[in-house]
Amino acid sequence: MASLKELSKRKEGLVAGHRLCAGCGEGIAVRQVLLAAPRPLVCAVATGCLEVSTTVYPYTSWNCSLIHTAFENAAATISGVEAAFEALKARRKIGEDFHFIAFGGDGATYDIGLQALSGALERRHRFLYVCLDNGAYMNTGIQRSGATPLGAWTTTTPVGKKEPGKLEWRKNLTAIAAAHDGTYVAQTTISHWKDLTQKVEKALSYNGPSFINILAPCPRGWRTKESQTVRIARLAVETCYWPLFEVENGKWQINFQPREKKPIEEWLKLQGRFKHLFKEENRPVIEKIQNYIDTEWEKLLALSSL
Amino acid sequence: MKWDVRRIREWKFYEHPQGATILEAGNSLYYQTGSWRTFRPVWIGEKCTHCLYCFIFCPDAAVKVSKEKIAGFDYEHCKGCGICATECPREAIEMVEEQRESDR
Ligand SMILES: Cc1ncc(C[n+]2csc(CCOP(=O)(O)OP(=O)(O)O)c2C)c(N)n1
Ligand code: SF4
Ligand code: SF4
Repeated sequence: MASLKELSKRKEGLVAGHRLCAGCGEGIAVRQVLLAAPRPLVCAVATGCLEVSTTVYPYTSWNCSLIHTAFENAAATISGVEAAFEALKARRKIGEDFHFIAFGGDGATYDIGLQALSGALERRHRFLYVCLDNGAYMNTGIQRSGATPLGAWTTTTPVGKKEPGKLEWRKNLTAIAAAHDGTYVAQTTISHWKDLTQKVEKALSYNGPSFINILAPCPRGWRTKESQTVRIARLAVETCYWPLFEVENGKWQINFQPREKKPIEEWLKLQGRFKHLFKEENRPVIEKIQNYIDTEWEKLLALSSL
Repeated sequence: MKWDVRRIREWKFYEHPQGATILEAGNSLYYQTGSWRTFRPVWIGEKCTHCLYCFIFCPDAAVKVSKEKIAGFDYEHCKGCGICATECPREAIEMVEEQRESDR
């Protein structure tokens, strides 16, 4: 496992000059992933903030081969690249050992690209899929997705007299990925750089498919201060909103157990998208969210003791 | 610059690579985002323990490290988000408001 000192001597995978917003969690996540990844590398990125802000023609922030894919097919694209590589290798037309990573936002992964991802995992390509979960379709103006938490304001889950933001629970995509037997699956976030980089190393040394879900806070859509991005990611872990865990050979393992689970309010109150929940009439929504988190955490504890 | 794009606005369509391929990896370094900044991080060397947290948490790879030590900021690209100052355990980074050239 690489220390920060070692990581600081490596070549940056995502260089400066990209146009992600100041304080964007996606930039932090991708830098950490690419610093941990062995070379040579081929990446594919689904349309979304990451793709449009890092490849503004004629500039690219990527220090490796990169394919810009459509919104829904990053997993299919990287499958094809890996299959082509295997074919060339079998014919001895390529010597080096390449690694393959696909990136997608939560819209691209939880929603529109889910079948491409599921297919690629099931076909067992040797690749890593990284989902950057910021809980909405940010690049097109903060529309709700399957990852948006209950109670959150987005432009398509408005807050008013009738509705206190999103009415549905988010889907558990990490568990969906884990339902693909023989996939290395992990959940992590940017505040825990050691956990994140270790999981990337593990995923890319695995001879099969892997999936890592990374919580990547978005100051623009979450209505948070740019300077608080990493702090908010850390609180998501400490409140158990975003547990750090991995699933390897069918075995679930929790990687971080907070000594004391912080109340979810501490996380919610830092974010403008949840501001309305602190009005008296919406208090029950916060309770509902807390109960949900408690139940999910108990489930995870039970799974990890199997 | 391996791929010279300085006069790209004058290029004819056939001078662009097919499929709008970008021919030089990492060439966004030539594009500056420092002007986005309203607050600039100022590093206070004597307080710093070189833990490198600011380096790993920067979204813009704008914290310079040389031989395992902090070597200042890349002000051509730093957008002034202030994550480094928030995360520094030693308060060794201060965010100072940028001033107009004429106010200095
Ligand atoms: C098939 C298709 N539908 C819609 C779009 C428009 N579009 C571009 S980016 C985007 C949202 C991306 O959201 P997400 O995947 O969550 O990534 P984020 O921008 O939040 O990082 C949409 C809807 C598209 N490019 N292609
Ligand atoms: S809108 Fe959000 S995800 Fe998109 S670049 Fe800005 S901070 Fe990042
Ligand atoms: S986070 Fe603070 S103490 Fe650590 S290296 Fe950066 S400036 Fe120095």
